Amino acid sequence: MIQYAAILLIVLGLYGLLTNRNVIKMIVSLNVMEIGLNIFIISVGFVYDGIAPILTSTNSSSALLFVDPLPQALVLTAIVIGVGTTALGLAIAKNIYSKYGTFNLDEVEEK
Amino acid sequence: MKNFLALALTLFLGVLLILSLTGNTQFTTFGTDNTDNRVSSEYISKGAAVAIIYGVTNDPESGPANIVTSIVVDYRSFDTLGEVTVLFISALGVALLIGSGAKQKRLSLNFKPNFMLRVGSRALFGIIMMTGVYITLHGHLTPGGGFPGGAMIASSILLLYLADDEFRSKIKGFKILEGAAGSLYVILGLLGLVLATYFLQNFLPNGTVGNLFSSGIIPIVYILIGLKVGSEISGVIDNFLTEEDAL
Repeated sequence: MIQYAAILLIVLGLYGLLTNRNVIKMIVSLNVMEIGLNIFIISVGFVYDGIAPILTSTNSSSALLFVDPLPQALVLTAIVIGVGTTALGLAIAKNIYSKYGTFNLDEVEEK
Repeated sequence: MKNFLALALTLFLGVLLILSLTGNTQFTTFGTDNTDNRVSSEYISKGAAVAIIYGVTNDPESGPANIVTSIVVDYRSFDTLGEVTVLFISALGVALLIGSGAKQKRLSLNFKPNFMLRVGSRALFGIIMMTGVYITLHGHLTPGGGFPGGAMIASSILLLYLADDEFRSKIKGFKILEGAAGSLYVILGLLGLVLATYFLQNFLPNGTVGNLFSSGIIPIVYILIGLKVGSEISGVIDNFLTEEDAL
């Protein structure tokens, strides 16, 4: 049931992406959406009383109850790609600002 | 009107998602996930019939004690190569869009950093850099690895940029480091193809689970990824903090 909170974050990010015309706010909305998606994927692999999937000297056997490591590995990939797309988006935003003097796409269209 | 339409659309999408998830047999209730019949159980048991014991088991199918690492840089290493390529292309795009004219100066701070700030930031720089290197080196034993370690190294460079108005990193060195680390990753993969059977296969002995010198090429790959990510994000930071010199 708690997973629906992650869906709320995804929907919130989508709403922000649709309604905002400010480039920086759009990038932030995209990030909120991405975080919601990551939380959702991680939460799918959660097990009650499961431990983090790392063998240590205290949890030394692979026969113990672990949480699912596969969603964590996939989210690790997704986070790195999210950083790359955010950096590229911010670079485009910086270019828009230096050319038009505003972050607002409505004002850009007028010029 | 436009906001109302967007609200209706997102509400519709949210309700659709929740309706499709409730009562779906493929979607397990929170916390009752069972990995026994899925590929994850093979990742955890490393394909062995007997349980893997930390510090005892010798030469398992995949070396790292951190199971997420064994997925990211061993079972799905090709995926990680693609991920590193995506990061490289985005760093290249940032450099293309906002950087790399010959005459550039860094953004000036609107305060004069005093002596304490400069010395303190140098001391913190060492600690943050060392933590990043530690996390990169122990990626196969503890949480972390090349990606968070590289991000930490880049954040230490960012600290120097923010605390010292004279500081400017040598961007050319970053470019060389980045290219060398990326091509060494591919060369390691090709070595796996030549010495073993397939691309990016682990051709070194795996050793005992839990030792620092264990799990074959995985620490080497993670060090390369750490160097590559660190230099790439440092290059992106440099691109954002420099501007065309207004002559």
